[in-house]
Order: sequence, then C-alpha cells, then structure tokens
Amino acid sequence: MESKLINGDTHRILMGNEAIGRGLVESGCSLAASYPGTPASEILPSVTAFAKEEGLAVHTEWSVNEKVAYEVALANSMAGRRSAVSMKQVGLNVASDPFLRSAYLGVKGGLLVIAADDPGPHSSQTEQDSRFFAMFAKVPVFDPASPQEAKNMVGRALELSEKYELPVMLRPTTRVCHARQNIPLYEPLKLERPARFEKNPPRWCATPQFLRELHRLLNDKIRRIAAASDFFPGLASGDGSFPTTCVVASGVAFAHTWDILDEMGLLGRVDLHQVIMPFPLNRDFIDKIKQRYARVLVLEETYPVIELQLAGGAAVHGRLTSSVPSEGELTPEVIRQVLEQFLELPQKTAPAHPAGGGSRPTLCAGCGHRAAFYAIRETFPEGIFPSDIGCYTLGLNINAVDTAHCMGAGLSQAAGFYHAYAADGGEVPAIVATIGDSTFFHAGIPALLNAVLQKARFILVILDNATTAMTGHQPTPESGLAAGGTPGQPVFIADLVRACGVKFLKECDPYDIPAFQGLLKEADRYCRSPEGAVAVILAKHPCVLNKQVGSEQKVFQVEVTEECIACRHCLDEFECPALFMSEVTGQAAVDPLRCVGCGVCVHVCPTGAITAREE
Amino acid sequence: MKQQIIISGLGGQGALTLTRLLAEAAAALGLDFITSETHGMAQRGGTVISMVKVGPFRGPLIPAGTADVGLFLHRRNLAAHHFYLKPGGVVFINSDIPGDYHNIDASGLALSHGWPPVAANFILLGFAAARKGLFCKVELLAQIISAIMPARFLEMNLSAFRTGVDQAV
Repeated sequence: MESKLINGDTHRILMGNEAIGRGLVESGCSLAASYPGTPASEILPSVTAFAKEEGLAVHTEWSVNEKVAYEVALANSMAGRRSAVSMKQVGLNVASDPFLRSAYLGVKGGLLVIAADDPGPHSSQTEQDSRFFAMFAKVPVFDPASPQEAKNMVGRALELSEKYELPVMLRPTTRVCHARQNIPLYEPLKLERPARFEKNPPRWCATPQFLRELHRLLNDKIRRIAAASDFFPGLASGDGSFPTTCVVASGVAFAHTWDILDEMGLLGRVDLHQVIMPFPLNRDFIDKIKQRYARVLVLEETYPVIELQLAGGAAVHGRLTSSVPSEGELTPEVIRQVLEQFLELPQKTAPAHPAGGGSRPTLCAGCGHRAAFYAIRETFPEGIFPSDIGCYTLGLNINAVDTAHCMGAGLSQAAGFYHAYAADGGEVPAIVATIGDSTFFHAGIPALLNAVLQKARFILVILDNATTAMTGHQPTPESGLAAGGTPGQPVFIADLVRACGVKFLKECDPYDIPAFQGLLKEADRYCRSPEGAVAVILAKHPCVLNKQVGSEQKVFQVEVTEECIACRHCLDEFECPALFMSEVTGQAAVDPLRCVGCGVCVHVCPTGAITAREE
Repeated sequence: MKQQIIISGLGGQGALTLTRLLAEAAAALGLDFITSETHGMAQRGGTVISMVKVGPFRGPLIPAGTADVGLFLHRRNLAAHHFYLKPGGVVFINSDIPGDYHNIDASGLALSHGWPPVAANFILLGFAAARKGLFCKVELLAQIISAIMPARFLEMNLSAFRTGVDQAV
C-alpha cells in the first residue's frame, strides 16, 4: 500500500483501539460493525470519527450482537468491499457460527475479524485465546505487540484476506487495546469499489455436497499462507552467549520480554523471535527452530498456540511444560521470573502484589440499579436472583445477583431454576432475573420467548438505564441512534416484551423503592396465580453518568441524623459509595464529594436516620 | 531520558486525563512513550491505575519495583499500588493527612475553591511538576492543558493546576 504522511497533522496520540480504527479507515474499509465489550469498545467509534474527519462514506454500526455484526460485515465483503467486525473475545463465541462457516466459504472484499482478548482477565467471563479460535476455524491470525503494530497489521491483514479470499483475524489484547502511542497518520486508501454481489450458489449456499471441496480449498489456502515468506517472524539476534537457546514471543508478551531483557542486560545476547502470525505458523520458521536450537522458550497469551505448532524437535518450554504459568496474564513480573528460570540465572525477587488493598468496583452513587437490587432483595430475602453481564453484575456486592454467566443466560437460568423447583414438587422460591437493556436486545429476546413458551414462572426485571453503560455509553436500539449519532428507527423494549407473549408488564422508576417493592409483590402474586406466567417489570432510570440526566434529576441534601444506631444496614445492604462509617462520630455519614443527592437511601435506613431535603 | 510514572486513583478521579496530558507532554518533547490505562468494570469506583513510560520502552506495563514516580489521587491506593515504586521512587499523594511523601490536600483545595472533586487531579499534577518530579516542566504542562482541554473547563483546570504549583513552594 502506498501512502504518505499527511502534511501538518502527521501524528496523533492514539489508544490501540483508536489506532486499529484509524488503520481500517486508511485501508479503505467501507463497513465496520461491532457490539461493545471491553477491551474492544473504542474501535468502532474510532472508525466513525476518522471516517468523518476524512470525509469518507463508511457505514459503521453498533449491531444488536456480535453474530449480527459479523453477518452484516460478511455480506459487505461478499459484495466486494473491505469490511471489519470487532468484538471482545467472548463476542466471538456469539459470532462463532458465521465465523467458522465463512472460513470454508471465504470472502471477496477483505474481511478483518477483530477479537480483543483479555488475559487476566480484567473485564471478562473467561481469558480464552482467540488465536486458538482462529486455529480451530482455520483462519490466519495476527498478534500485535503495540498500538503501532496493530495499526500496521490492519492493512496487511485486509490484503491477505483479499488475496486468499479468506477472513483474517486481528487479535489484540487488553494491554494493546488500552495502550497509547504517538502514531503516524497516512492518507486513506481510496478504493473505487462499487457493491457487486456475484451469485454463486455452490459457494454462498454451499450444501454438504460442496463442503468437502471447500474444506480442501481452505486447507490449501492455509498451507500456502504458512509457506509464504511475508509473515516470517522477526528476530533480534543474540551474540552467541546462548548459542542453542532462543525465546519465541508474540503479542504484548513480546514487548514485555524486550523491556525485561533490556533491563537484565540480555537484549542482543539471546536470540529473541517475534511471531506476528501465530497461526498458521510459518513452516520454514518451524523447521529453523527445530534444527537450530536445543532449547526454546515460548511466551504467548493465553493458550499454547505457537507452542503446539513447535512441538517435536527442540525442547520447547512453555505452558504445556509448566515453564510458563498455565493461567493468568503474562505481566512483566511473571515473564521476568520465567526468563530467569529458563536462562538459568539467579532469581531476583520482585516486590509482591499486596493482598487486598484498593477498593472493589461498585455501582455508582445514585445508580438506579442499586435501588432496584435493594428492593428485590428486601422483598424476597429467600429468592433466587439470576443475573447477567453489565454494570449490574455488581449487584452481587449486595447479594442481589446469584448468577452471572454470559450474555442473556440469566433469563434462561431463571426458567431453568423454575422448572427444577416445580418438577421437584416442593415450594418454588421467588425467582427474580435481572438483565440490562442492552443485554436484553443482545440475547434476551429468544430467552424470554422460550421461557414464555415453556410456561416458566418468574419475575424478570429489565434494568433499563437507556444506555450501554459499562462499555462507555453506546446507544441501545431504544434510543434509535446510529453509531455516528444520526437518528435511526427506535425499537422499544416494551413492544418486544409483549411480542414475546408476556401478559404482565409494568413499569417503574426504582428510585421509588416502596412503589417498586409493591410491584414486585404484585408480580409474585401473578406468577403464583392459576394463569400465572413470566412477569416483567421495566425498571427505568437513566444512567447517572449521563451528564444530562445528572443535571435534570432532583437533587436532595442528604444527611444522617443523631438517630443513627450504627447498624451498618445502609453500608452492607445498600453499599452506596457516598455512605461511610465516620471514625469521628461512630455513625454512618454522607461523603458530600461522592453523594449525587438521589435521596434513595432515605428508604433504606431502618431507623429513619437518613433525611433528604430538596435543594 | 527514561521515566516510568504510575497514576493511581479511584474510577472517576481523572487518572486517564493525567495520563493523556503526560503523553502529550512527552510527544511535545519528541520523546518516545507508551502508556497503559484501566477501562471497563474496574472504572466503576474501583481502584484504577495508569502507567506512563517515557523513553525507548516497548511494553506498556511498568514492572513492580521499578516506577520512578507515583501520582496517587487517593491515599487509600497507597497500600494497593506502592509496590510499583522503585526504592527511592518519588510519591506525590492527594491526602488531607501530612506524611512522609509529597503530600497535598488536593481534594480539600478543590472543595475550598468550589471546584468539583475531579479537579484534584490537576492540583496534584501542578504540585508534582513544580516539585520537579516529572520529566516535563510546569510551563509545558500548562500549554498542553490549554491546548487540549475543552474550553468550558479550561479556566478551572488551569486554576487548579496553578493552585498545585503554588502549593509546591
């Protein structure tokens, strides 16, 4: 790709995700689709922003889920245009169906699948390795070590995708996604590619009779890519101090290894290879490693993808040999220890992470979810509370969330718990599922429909804060806003709930805890009545992090009076970060810096010691 | 020039803003740099940490026991993140209690000026820069604040920064 620096605005400090978005715009990508999820959320807004800045027509969308996003991007590629779909690693689980088949059927315009992994994990349900998923799908995958590399790989990956008519994956990890560097900007590639879908039923509708041949073609593509010299790993040569030993690293583990070897004075003394395409691993590289070295250390996150392909020949040290811990992030401290052991150097003890210390995440002061959770648990002390993925998972801090599995699971788990207890013949406890608005659109609709169909009886509270809060306030379908902020067609939760066959649907602002508790009891009576079924309550209170909401809602002056008996109920059962136990008075107190004046805690104090005066 | 800085705070205290300002300062000086940030679940009022590595580094993380400077936006975080500092590393801390480090009651100062709590981060930055703890000088940071902060917060941010500078004497 020929490019030149834009004069006058040559560099920009960009986060890894923004660099990837910039890379897509510079590479002539005409459509990008995504569903928000940490650590991938900032990629799509970056595409939108840079396309706007460059005056380019790029369709960007927050799809309702990753499978939908994948299929939208796939069709744009089938029409001959460059496309991208981005998601967090567990999003690829949702999109796995179209992903695996598209490896067989292939693509036309380049299709880049960006799956951002979260070793650790920091903000995810698993620390699965999407490179393994790529290997499973037989799709090439790039593993960047920095924002700059991630951006460079975008263009190369799209070219590779077009050359072999195969989707290609870019797999950044949290540390790359959320690192910032000074990144050079280039002029976007202007591809004149009108949409042209060429019909080809044996390919695009491939029935089983065609798939064996498509699979053979796929295998052949992967073999040819593994034989191509374009993606041969890089090498920082040693000086012969360790003649038959080398380190092979990929992703951010390579960057950390570089820094640590530098700190240890070993950079340039031991051979250090950087793998940029972990699958398919270059054939000549595999041969070279086997012939040239007696001992090899592989540092990669999070599963042994390179290590498995290097098996046989040299003694390979990695996760399979327990030379590298089998789980967790490869932080500099971990890598240092592994290197010292592998290179048989004296062990330097690093200062340990202190146990405890710091504060656990909690729902924000004034969060409507906290009010809803408090009401649910107070109303049904013996209830079962399946929940879901989002800010509201933090309801577990106040024992109002009993399960958090994967997007949409809480709703089906509620149905499953009902069937378990009902079939058992004993008393069915109150089952109250909670799900956020964005999660409901993502995976809640089929689950609700199924629960109604199967005659499950439980209460579903949809926590509607009018945004996708956890990942940075992306619009939900109910707002009707497109990714670029332009108006689209709103789709309403209440309409969807009714369309799923729900007969009990009520709405309430959970700030009004007594009214909300009244509704919960009414819903419970409905569930247990002869004609009972799933009861749905829409708990609507906009996210307080939305600046406009913050300025529009009533603000109370909240105080704790002398009546406080220091029972800790407000601290332990409500856990508002603005309430604390004063060391001075020995009573609960309000932190004026953190209190947003929602006044909900007035309903919480058993002795009425919390008062709220309208300002 | 090599300097490794950690910025430790609670979600919402503005650690990301300080990270960005220091990155811009490094860029303005023509220095290589890479930063690392906390996003997602931990931002919800939990303990967050950002890292700024100025110089020819490749990885975004600062190994334990090697940071040159620590900017602590909350004294509670000292227990959680002090282990990143190297022996002799310099600590600037927002705390209403005097102590062994470079302590400044940035939250109290913000409150007394009628600024929102988040302004404490600019006060701490000004304080650290004026005490010559950072790779960049006070005037450069002031220029960068003026260049990149939104106009409606600019006056307050600059005043907060200057307040921190004045406290450094």
